[in-house]
Amino acid sequence: MKSRVGFKVERRPIASGRVVLFVSLLAILAAFVVAGIFFQIYGVSAIRAYQLILRGSLGSRFGLTETVRRAIPLLLCGVGLTIAFRALFWNIGAEGQLLMGAVAAAGIALFSGLPGPLLLPAMFIGGFIGGAAWGLIPAILKVMLGLNDVITTLMMNYIAIYFVEWLIHGPWKGPSVRGFAYTDTFPRAAWLPTIYGTRIHWPTLVLGLVLAVVMYIMVTRTRSGFEIRVIGENPDAARFAGISQLKTTLIVMLISGGFAGLAGMGEIAGIHLRLLGPTHISMGYGYTAIIVAWLARRNPLAVIVTSLLFGVIMTGGDVIKVSLGLPFQLINVFNGLILFFLIGSEILLRYRISFLLRR
Amino acid sequence: MDNSEGYAIELRRIVKRFPGVVANDGIDLKVHRGEIHCLLGENGAGKTTLMRVLYGLYRPDEGEIILNGQPVQMTSPRAALNHHIGMVHQHFRLVPTLSVEENIVLGLDEGTGPFMNFRKTREKISAIADDYGLSVDLQTKVWQLAVGQQQRVEILKALYRKVDILIMDEPTSVLTPQEVDQLFTTLRTLVDDGLTIIFITHKLEEVMQVSNRVTVLRKGKVVATLLTAETDKPTLARLMVGREVVFRLKKSPMEQREKLLEVNDLHALNDRGLPVLRGVSFDLFGGEILGVAGVSGNGQSELAEVLTGLRKSTKGRVFLAKKEVTNCSAREITDLNVAHIPAERIRMGIVPALSIRENLILKKYRRPSFSRREFLNNKEVEENAQRAMSDYQIAAPSYETPAKLLSGGNIQRVILARELSENPSLIVAVHPTYGLDIGATEQVRQVLLAQRERGAATLLISEDLEEIMTLSDRIMVLFNGEVMGILDAESADIEKIGLMMSGTRRKGEEL
Repeated sequence: MKSRVGFKVERRPIASGRVVLFVSLLAILAAFVVAGIFFQIYGVSAIRAYQLILRGSLGSRFGLTETVRRAIPLLLCGVGLTIAFRALFWNIGAEGQLLMGAVAAAGIALFSGLPGPLLLPAMFIGGFIGGAAWGLIPAILKVMLGLNDVITTLMMNYIAIYFVEWLIHGPWKGPSVRGFAYTDTFPRAAWLPTIYGTRIHWPTLVLGLVLAVVMYIMVTRTRSGFEIRVIGENPDAARFAGISQLKTTLIVMLISGGFAGLAGMGEIAGIHLRLLGPTHISMGYGYTAIIVAWLARRNPLAVIVTSLLFGVIMTGGDVIKVSLGLPFQLINVFNGLILFFLIGSEILLRYRISFLLRR
Repeated sequence: MDNSEGYAIELRRIVKRFPGVVANDGIDLKVHRGEIHCLLGENGAGKTTLMRVLYGLYRPDEGEIILNGQPVQMTSPRAALNHHIGMVHQHFRLVPTLSVEENIVLGLDEGTGPFMNFRKTREKISAIADDYGLSVDLQTKVWQLAVGQQQRVEILKALYRKVDILIMDEPTSVLTPQEVDQLFTTLRTLVDDGLTIIFITHKLEEVMQVSNRVTVLRKGKVVATLLTAETDKPTLARLMVGREVVFRLKKSPMEQREKLLEVNDLHALNDRGLPVLRGVSFDLFGGEILGVAGVSGNGQSELAEVLTGLRKSTKGRVFLAKKEVTNCSAREITDLNVAHIPAERIRMGIVPALSIRENLILKKYRRPSFSRREFLNNKEVEENAQRAMSDYQIAAPSYETPAKLLSGGNIQRVILARELSENPSLIVAVHPTYGLDIGATEQVRQVLLAQRERGAATLLISEDLEEIMTLSDRIMVLFNGEVMGILDAESADIEKIGLMMSGTRRKGEEL
């Protein structure tokens, strides 16, 4: 008689909030464990590395403010992405939408000649429209021609990146910057106010928090939110109920692209004060926001928490570069691992695995 | 023992259960060597399940499979292939980006070591193709082929694996009439060469055209096995849909005779762009149930879709309460107080992940009672859910329960509650009791009769002829997208309907 350990896999009827939270934390933990191996490869104790990251991103006033500053674009992009993902529109293009929002805002700051008090509001509106317009193109292509949204949104990123490059090397290159590839500094009236002594451009932060709440209410309490959820959960039933796929897709991409555009506006008007190289504007916020939205399980309110978490990780990237002399790119490994384990863990939401001792 | 030699396959008392249904309930089937044997039955009769058992895709709960007098275990399709049994599925199992020859040899150990010897396999395939007139270019990618050609590739695939027994699962459902003729020619050649073919279908015409014998299945049981030469279409239709009307529900005579729906010369195409409705005309009155009978695939479901705004008609006009509604959108039709109980209740009728409460407002969330401007009125939505759960006896822990956790009967109750609670003027009900248990079936029927009493006009599409005979005031028979005639339920008998379902026009209705 041999006794052995077996396990049983059963379908889980519905995952409760507690299970979702537990599984998500498990995925993050797994990502940290595996990322720890990379630290060990570099000859750095993983425990020490994590201590440094935590202390550097949350343990000091400077670290904390950097974390919040990084969380702002993630929050805006992430909230928008939860809406797109709810309607099963796979927007991988927040990065490009962010850049186009930045372009539109920069154009207004530099060339509109609007009087001071109107400049920032116009830049917010312009940023939204720039990002939304960029997001609507793949939306229209999908509904009208059936083009795959993953591919179009992803490719639109590259168009946006090279468009920005062209602008700063070409027509928008600042006359007063002597050969550097960026525009002139914006006039003072186009600078976003920051919390004193930090780089936290608070109007964008407040906007992000408000939009997270508004979007949560929209999804749970409004007709449009209901339509988005029905389309996302069962497109056939949506057709049966007479819900327009065209209208809903356009709305979600208007929101998703527009919010990313706002993030881009915030980055250039709050931090850089000019339009500059795409990798400097964004550092991949648009991509990281995909993980932010996914970890929030497409709940706009939860994005407030998950964007902060990724703010910590990004600030941690600075720490490991400065204190440990390791490449900043290590945090991309982190991000990749988290998404990897997160998607892998979805199976645990659908199935329950119980171990049993057999004799 | 004496005659088992003559059988290619013998299935004994096969039982296959799925949660909530017995798909095969003690089926016996004997197939002679070298015959085309049709398995005839409506959707859900258990034909495909039985063949999947034989092909090793399902393990039977009870019963045995006997090949050449020996009981065998079919543990997988590979085991079936080792016993020289092949199957051409209704939805082809081909890799679209690979070429024809690659698809044919896929999974086989041809050539030497890791290398394929395409010259050799190509010769072999060509020889088989020539023998049976299955011409197809071997180097074309599968996605470039027409559906009929893809089917040929599937057959070639089976022949290349040297099958003796070929199972064809509704092979004509995707073909044009010309392709069907070609397929039948091929099948006859194969049988002349000694193969045995099991042909699954629900089309009577095909049974008569192609088979030597036919086994009729109904609700998971064998109804009869007959020599095709000794039977006819009306008999088969009767066997397939049921014998007698077992009971008649109590029905008061119709009173109101207000014409609610008028359909004139309606034409429409199916999903593949082929004509599926060819000049359908009828009137439907308030307080009346008009049953639509027909073997499935003769235009019934498309008729329901056109009337509810889910499919555009290509010709003809539809009037609802004297107002033209031809090709109105689904939302416009809903707003005219038309109820639709869809055929595929889980795919179309509900959103499985949403709660009962939310599913109950699926088509009504824009009504002023449920939302003002943009905002949903949660209080009213909750009260509506409470009302619906008690009125329609929806059994669930609470209205927050996701619809996907409900049984089929309770899902249908949710749909009925949503569609019927606002006293619709027209009800389009498609297979409303399909797959439900007796209790739920009874409830659905009572609810439909109550709506009739109230004055609603109901179009009842069902494959269950007993149900149609029980509930309807008049019965319309569709065949090949045309109306074969409309009968009074009182004077209708199953023989007459069977004849019409197989394409005979009602006397006096010819031009």
